[in-house]
Amino acid sequence: MTTLSKPLPKKPKINTIRKTVVFTIVFALIVWGLQGLNYNGIMPSASGTIIGMWNGIIHPDIDYLTNWTVDGLPYAVVETIAIAISGTFVSGILAIPFALLASQNIVGRRTSKIGKFIITMIRTFPELILALIFIGIVGPGAPAGILALGVHSIGMLGKLYSESIESMDIGVKEALQSCGGNNMEVLFRAVIPQVAPEFLSYTLFRFEINVRSAATLGLVGAGGIGASLIFAIRARGWERVAIIVIALIVTVTIIDILSSQIRKKLV
Amino acid sequence: MNQALLSKIPPKPRRIKFYSTIILVFGIIISSAMFSGFSVIDIISNLRFAFRLIDSMFFPPAWDYADNVIKPLLQTVQMAIVGSFFGAVIAFPVALIAAGNFIKIKWLNQITRIFLNFFRTIPALVLASLFVSIFGLGSFAGILALTIFSFGLISKMTYESIEAIDYGQVEAIISLGGNRFNIFRYAILPQVLPQFISYTLYAFEVNIRAAAVLGYVGAGGIGQYYEIFLSLRRFEFVGIIVMISFGAVLLIDFISSSIRRRLV
Repeated sequence: MTTLSKPLPKKPKINTIRKTVVFTIVFALIVWGLQGLNYNGIMPSASGTIIGMWNGIIHPDIDYLTNWTVDGLPYAVVETIAIAISGTFVSGILAIPFALLASQNIVGRRTSKIGKFIITMIRTFPELILALIFIGIVGPGAPAGILALGVHSIGMLGKLYSESIESMDIGVKEALQSCGGNNMEVLFRAVIPQVAPEFLSYTLFRFEINVRSAATLGLVGAGGIGASLIFAIRARGWERVAIIVIALIVTVTIIDILSSQIRKKLV
Repeated sequence: MNQALLSKIPPKPRRIKFYSTIILVFGIIISSAMFSGFSVIDIISNLRFAFRLIDSMFFPPAWDYADNVIKPLLQTVQMAIVGSFFGAVIAFPVALIAAGNFIKIKWLNQITRIFLNFFRTIPALVLASLFVSIFGLGSFAGILALTIFSFGLISKMTYESIEAIDYGQVEAIISLGGNRFNIFRYAILPQVLPQFISYTLYAFEVNIRAAAVLGYVGAGGIGQYYEIFLSLRRFEFVGIIVMISFGAVLLIDFISSSIRRRLV
C-alpha cells in the first residue's frame, strides 16, 4: 500500500512563455488574414444562381454527354487524359537528369544542394502561369498544357526520384564494380533495376495529380475539359456545368483507383 | 560434371508479359501525344517566341511597378491563411468521423470518406469560379474555395494519421474506465496534433500557390492582374508580378517547411 501512495511524479514542465508567444503570433496572423476578407454580401442574383445550379444538378445536360463529335464531352475528357499522359511522360523523362543532379550519392554534397534548389524553384512556380507562358509560345491548345505539366511536374518527380536514388542500396553497385563492371553496366544492372519500380510508382502518382491539373489548365486556354467548363460557368449554363463536373469527378475517381491498384502491385 | 550443373540451371523466365506491357504503355503515350497534337518540331520552331517573351517579361524588370504588387500579394497571403485556418477547423471533426478506430460505425466511416474524396476531385479553381458566380468578384469567393479545398486535403491526411496511432494508449484508457472523451483527449489528440498542425501548414503552402492564381477567375488576390496584363500584352508587368509572387512563395515555403520539420 505504501508503494501505491507514493507522491505522483511532477507534471512535466511546459514552456508556457513559448506557448503563449506562438499562440499570439498564430492568432494575430489569423486576425490579420480576416481583414482581407471583403465580404460584399451575396450577389442580388445569387438566389437565382443557386436555384439554377440546383436545377442543373437535377437535370444535367445529357445531350452533351452523348455528343461524340469534337464539341462533345467525351472528346474533352479524352483530350484531358491525353494531355495528362503526354505531360507526365515528358516530365518523367526530363526529371531524371534533374534528379541525378540533386542526388548526394551521385554528384556529391555541394552540387546536389544546387540541384535540389533548382528542383524546388521549379516546384514552386505556378503551373497556370507556365501554361500562360507556353500559350504565348505555341498558341492556345493542348500542346501548351502538355508543356506546362511537363515542366511543372519536374519539381515533384525530380525530388521523389532523387530521394529514391539516395536511398538505394550501394552494395549492389559496389559488388558490380568489384567484379570489374564499368559505369554502363553499373547503371543498367545496379541502379535502374533498383529505382525503376519506385520511379514508375511516383510517375503514376503524378499522373493522378496531372489529370486534375489538366482539367484546370483549360480555364486559361491550354486544352482539355476546363475550357468548356469555364464557358459554361460564364454563360450560366448550369445543366452543362453539372454534367462536366460529374464527368470530371467520375474520370478522376476511376483513374485514381486504377492507378493506385497498379502502384500497389509495383512497390 | 559441367553438364550436370548446366542442366540444373532453370530456363530464363519468359518476358512476354513484360514486353507486351511496354508496348501497350508506349502505344498509349504515343497515341495521346498524337491526339493532342503535340509535336516537338512545332515547339523547336517556336522557340524564338519563347526567348522573345522571356526577354519582354524579365529584361529589364519593371521595378517601378513593384509597389503596386505588394498590396494584392498581401491579400493573397491573407486569403491563404484564412482558407487554411477554416479548412483545418472543419477538417478535424470530420477526420474523427472518417477514422475507423475512433467511431466504429463502418457505413458512417465509408460515407464520410466518399464525401471527402468527392471534394478533393473538384479543383480549387473550379470551386472559385462557381463561388464567384454566387458571391460576386472578390476575395470572399476565393477564401471559400480555399477553405473547401484545404478541408478535403487536411481531413484525408488527418484521418489516415488517426488510424495509424498507437492503439495501446486507447486500450490503456479504456481499461482504466475512461470514456470516449478521455480517449480523444489523452490518447488520440496528443498523438495526432503535431501531424495535424503539420498538414495544416502543408495545406497553407499549397493554398499560397493556389491563391496566387485564383484571381484569374476573379476570386481576389494577385492572380487577377495576370488576366488584365496578359490581355493588354504588358508582359513586363506580368514578369514583375511573377517574380515577386514567386519570391514570396519560396520564402513562405521555406519558413513553413522548416517549422514542419521541427514538428514531426
